[in-house]
Amino acid sequence: MFALLQKLGHFIITFFQRLGRGHVFLLQVFASCGSLLVRPGLLVKQMYSVGVQTLIIVVVAGLFVGMVLALQSYYALVDFGAEDSVGVMVALSLVRELGPVVTALLFAGRAGSALTAEIGLMKATEQLSGMEMMAVNPLQRVIAPRFLAGVISMPMLGIIFCAVGIIGAYFVAVILLGLDYGSFWSQAQAKVDLYHDIYNGILKSFVFGVIASWIAVFEGYDCIPTSEGLGQATTRTVVHSSLAVLFLDFVLTAIMFSK
Amino acid sequence: MNTRKVEITVGLFAAGAIAAFFMLAMSVSNMSSYNDDKGYVVSADFDNIGGLKVRSRVSASGVVVGRVTDIEYNSNSYEAVVKMKIDSKYNKFPTDTAASVLTSGLLGEQYIGLDPGAEDQYLKQGDTIELTQSAIVLEQIIGQFLYGKSSDDKKTK
Repeated sequence: MFALLQKLGHFIITFFQRLGRGHVFLLQVFASCGSLLVRPGLLVKQMYSVGVQTLIIVVVAGLFVGMVLALQSYYALVDFGAEDSVGVMVALSLVRELGPVVTALLFAGRAGSALTAEIGLMKATEQLSGMEMMAVNPLQRVIAPRFLAGVISMPMLGIIFCAVGIIGAYFVAVILLGLDYGSFWSQAQAKVDLYHDIYNGILKSFVFGVIASWIAVFEGYDCIPTSEGLGQATTRTVVHSSLAVLFLDFVLTAIMFSK
Repeated sequence: MNTRKVEITVGLFAAGAIAAFFMLAMSVSNMSSYNDDKGYVVSADFDNIGGLKVRSRVSASGVVVGRVTDIEYNSNSYEAVVKMKIDSKYNKFPTDTAASVLTSGLLGEQYIGLDPGAEDQYLKQGDTIELTQSAIVLEQIIGQFLYGKSSDDKKTK
């Protein structure tokens, strides 16, 4: 009985300790971001490994998501003679929901796990302690550029995902299924609002970027420095950031598009 | 990979993102139809606006001339007050223009149709359209039809 209670208590205490460490860590990272103004080269290098290398999978996924969406909404809408609305349907679902969410999931899988593994290995091989020995702050030198690169890259990847998806939908709807290209664009233009839909979509991407990058760098920084601990941390990054993104997407949608 | 190549690819990435944003803004969203806030706001009181929403279109002869900007309920007159912004290039609507809530198609979205009158004075910023016609609520019409039908049947008996 007491053993069970103790286990529960231990679980809750470690959970909140971790949560607290995570938030303190986030504040420290924010504080160290300023030093990147002096060395923007570090940021550019990380944007390459976080953003550019994720670009391929985002573009391919976006293309196919857009094409499938166009195909399926065509089959559903053609029965009601509303197949001209394929453009609106694809554009709205991509810009509002699928663009930010799928990009964030891909980002967590492709870039987040790599960040955790990299930072975790640095910790395991005591490179981070080595930096501290040389009076180099690893938060400024290692963590902040990676975090900021993720935060900046995510909205950019999200926009590219949406644009490529809509081009894929255009290809399927207009070239393969023979819809009128004028009504494809004009219906989308009539319904999609720049501020309400596109800016909110970008804002969503930005929030997901902060969350996914935060979880990735924190898991790496906080991992148990063994090969097993590193594996667990990488898995946790992918699982936690995916769950956080899906949950936050619900919350953000309820706030942004409830009217 | 040397620094130069890294920087070039990151630059390309950023340029691609900006291009994608402009593509979304220009050809997918309604930015091209925003004409820099030039226009004048007129209001109209309706008994029933049906499913009219903010940003619904305002059209005359089928041409979009403006957008609904605000919908409120006036609890003194028990009417809906609809404010609409009309594009400043369409500034010659007579003061006795009639506004009606119409439906595009049988089940389509609702919009405001303007029917120009014959007065010499034109509508200006802040004016109110006096002649209005409410939305047709399909359920009421069906109800009236069925009611009328049943009373007809009684008479013939």
